[in-house]
Amino acid sequence: MRRNPRETEESNRLLNRRTLLMGGAMGAMVAVLGARMRYLQVEQADEFKLLAEENRISIRLIPPDRGLIRDRNGRLIADNEQNFRVIITREAAGDAELVLRRLANVIPMTAEELDRTIEEVKSLRAFVPVTVAERLSWEDFSKVALNAPALPGVTPEVGLSRQYPLDTDFAHVVGYVGPVSEKDLEALTAPDPLLRIPKFQIGKIGVEKWMEDTLRGKAGTKRIEVNSAGRVMRELERQEGETGTDIRLTIDAGVQNFAQARLGEESAAVVVMDVTNGDIICCASSPSFDPNLFVRGISHADYRTLMDNDHRPLANKTVSGAYPPGSTFKMVTALAALEAGVITAETRVRCPGYIEYGGRRFHCWKRGGHGSVGLVRSLSESCDVYYYDIAQKVGIDKIAEMGRRLGLGQRFDLPMSAITEGIMPNKQWKMERHKQDWRIGDTINASIGQGYVLTSPLQLAVMTARLASGRAVVPRLIRMVNERELPIPEAPHLGLNQKDLDGIHLGMYEVVNGEQGTAKSSRIVDPTLVMAGKTGTSQVRNITAAEREAGVISNDQLPWNRRDHALFVGYAPYDAPRYAISVVVEHGGGGSTAAAPIARDVILRALSDGLPPLEAYPSSQRGRIESMLKELPLRDPVSGTTRTRTAT
Amino acid sequence: MSFLEYRVKQAPIGLRKVLYLNWPLVVLIAAVASVGFLMLYSIAGGNLDPWARRQMQVFGVGMALMFMVAMVPIWFWRSMAGLGYLVAFLLLILVEIMGETNMGAQRWINLGFIQFQPSEMMKFTLVMMLASYYDWLDPKRVSRPLYVLIPVLLTIAPTVLVLMQPNLGTSLMLLLAGAAVMFAAGVSLWYFAGVLALVVGAVVGVFTLRGTPWQFLHDYQYTRIDTFLNPGADPLGAGYNIIQAQIALGSGGWSGKGYMQGTQSRLNFLPEKHTDFIFTTLAEEFGFVGAFSLLVLYALIIGFCLIAVFQNRDRFSALLIVGVAANFFFYIAVNLSMVMGMAPVVGVPLPLLSYGGSAMLVLLVGFGLVQSAHVHRPR
Repeated sequence: MRRNPRETEESNRLLNRRTLLMGGAMGAMVAVLGARMRYLQVEQADEFKLLAEENRISIRLIPPDRGLIRDRNGRLIADNEQNFRVIITREAAGDAELVLRRLANVIPMTAEELDRTIEEVKSLRAFVPVTVAERLSWEDFSKVALNAPALPGVTPEVGLSRQYPLDTDFAHVVGYVGPVSEKDLEALTAPDPLLRIPKFQIGKIGVEKWMEDTLRGKAGTKRIEVNSAGRVMRELERQEGETGTDIRLTIDAGVQNFAQARLGEESAAVVVMDVTNGDIICCASSPSFDPNLFVRGISHADYRTLMDNDHRPLANKTVSGAYPPGSTFKMVTALAALEAGVITAETRVRCPGYIEYGGRRFHCWKRGGHGSVGLVRSLSESCDVYYYDIAQKVGIDKIAEMGRRLGLGQRFDLPMSAITEGIMPNKQWKMERHKQDWRIGDTINASIGQGYVLTSPLQLAVMTARLASGRAVVPRLIRMVNERELPIPEAPHLGLNQKDLDGIHLGMYEVVNGEQGTAKSSRIVDPTLVMAGKTGTSQVRNITAAEREAGVISNDQLPWNRRDHALFVGYAPYDAPRYAISVVVEHGGGGSTAAAPIARDVILRALSDGLPPLEAYPSSQRGRIESMLKELPLRDPVSGTTRTRTAT
Repeated sequence: MSFLEYRVKQAPIGLRKVLYLNWPLVVLIAAVASVGFLMLYSIAGGNLDPWARRQMQVFGVGMALMFMVAMVPIWFWRSMAGLGYLVAFLLLILVEIMGETNMGAQRWINLGFIQFQPSEMMKFTLVMMLASYYDWLDPKRVSRPLYVLIPVLLTIAPTVLVLMQPNLGTSLMLLLAGAAVMFAAGVSLWYFAGVLALVVGAVVGVFTLRGTPWQFLHDYQYTRIDTFLNPGADPLGAGYNIIQAQIALGSGGWSGKGYMQGTQSRLNFLPEKHTDFIFTTLAEEFGFVGAFSLLVLYALIIGFCLIAVFQNRDRFSALLIVGVAANFFFYIAVNLSMVMGMAPVVGVPLPLLSYGGSAMLVLLVGFGLVQSAHVHRPR
């Protein structure tokens, strides 16, 4: 098509004009875009920077190493062991199921565990690591490492986990740790964020629970960069936490182990206390259990077994068991009467074998009676009528007050679980508790530690320590925190008349060492280690009239759970008291036969550096004792741990 | 105007043509593309794979193509305009029948050795077609209804086909490119005013017909518009892209977080960060300074194109350059508006930067045509 140059020129000018117009519009648009850029990147930059930071930074907690628990000499009771575990990440594994099946050939894994793990791995997001197995042996762990090429996505890992090397010996005192439960979290008003770490373990009972704040330590933090899917890209910053503080108990692991072994399968408790400062040297409750089972997650069957056992292995009988103290309470009654001045050490009471009050007959354990009885003989031969008589003169309120002064009916603040207060009844207590007036019969029952009176082995040990020292010794369980000795305030005097105390001491001496003493077969012949004490046999049933008619039934003929509790309290050495001890053998029969021998063995173990010295036993018993000691399933003392007891 | 009317003697011949190329344009294009390589390298976490290396290869091929196209006289390309348009149109129909479905949209045709998007090819063949149409048409008749209707149909037909794929972004680009050429050719402004009014009417129509069986757009397209209007409503769902993109941009601040330090993009908070949203990475890592510099580079490319228009007295060449430049501009404008939250998310890449072989090749072929028009301009 032909066009004249003028027309061409004209159309060209139009084109250029339009192009210029378009260029202008484009320029305007570019300006708008630039302005928007400036708005977002300069004016709003701070806000967006904050948003970006929130997007990418995530703060993770690093669980601190838990503080260790040692015995008074530094022997480890609660340790952090290396926990070899194997984790798998689906993303890196490719075919996770195949890899897991291969892994099951390398490490011990049941078919059920395998299926459960496969299920778990598949249900989680691909980059989430799943723990396949924990607490592997070093051999299995190295096998996994060796087979790494065939196990893509499988990582062997080492972490720390609680371990109790002395397992059953400290199950009740130290307790155990376990994963945080919903209940644990609800109990706290402002739970430490650490507790929300999956599988984080906290103390569940015992020292582990009550010293939790000391033992736990402070969490470290790491700031990590995450992507939009939550996958960790890299660690930006790490702030190490604080390791939990180590603590040392007052307990001597050797004595504890001896006591635990000596109690054997009896349902029993032993508490040994340092008379001079209140240190609990031994606090054994039997039967026991292995706390490691709980840390690892106890199987249902194992738990059932523990729960169904009528000897209640899970209960810490030393502090939570409340028993009628029986005759071991007689010192309290006597001291109350002596202090009130209603008797003196020389006052004599005639015991015809029973006493009558308000038409009711209260029997002495000895049917024929003891005849004329003074303070010392009332203790050594445990005459009941003597106490019926003096108690009724002094009154329950004074007895209860004395009991309280000696440590009964009160809760000592120790880092242990389920510490009972026991019952130290008086008139007011009965009115409040039972809405009934106190009757004379109640006083008579209470005077020999029956009726309403309930005490724990710990309280009995405290009572004995206070009787032996005349001071208000307070029990304590923690000796050192962070390897620093905790100060022990000097126990104040109880304000008892020394002459009265001497009478009691003499009585307790005669119990063990006297010709007619109820515990004379449990005497210590070594003159430097002489023991004084008091036996007790407390009824757990009422003797019916029919039974009385038929004569006293021997304990052996009764079913186990209806037999009497056997008790013994004592201290040694007699002239310079060092340790006080209390022994309760549930349904063990007589205190002199079931409890006193245990007390002698344990206190001798505490007083000596190794096994109880045979020379301390009467020569006629040595053969029997020697074979008994030989058969005790004692733990080998770990080599390298010091066995010297620090002098106090 | 036949090729004889060019003053052939004055046009450079043989390898001498290389000297007459619009070199500033070549340098600018290479510069912008290099920024793209840097960004793709950064997004891959300091890795040439999977994107940067391939993009560089494609760019190499594209540059070679651009030079080859530039060497061929513009009158040859003009004579090919009709054929090219026809082929592209037929391919669009073909893809509608048997194209491969990718991400819910039929866009690709598999030629065996390369996956190919006919809609991309249509972008420059449409411009060529319209330019040659207006070159043929007597300038006095451009505003006559019949002669307006023809280019409108030429534009609308492929646009509808692309829209059916569905590919809202590219169809919009075709429409705008067509309009730009018509505008430059001198079509009366009244037509444009009328179309504007129609568009407003159509927008109203689109929204009123929503939810009825006659709705114009796909549900996902409606969602995109909703999301644009209120991205905060569903920050982890449909609004996620926009919000994260803006966070990336904004957090870059004045000078950026530093190369390869972009947390948003490196940590996958950004969607399609190597394609449509590549600008966010740049803005995050190089800040306002970097982002604005890129904008300036783009403006310079368009500027040099427009200068080439003024230098060129050949009507076909001028309109062709206008079309290519306008197309280039619309891509930038729509992409940046979308990324900066000024427009709904439509699948439009950022030219020369976004990863994508087909788009890159087409763009460079387009610039090859611009170069050819420049080299062979009447002197």
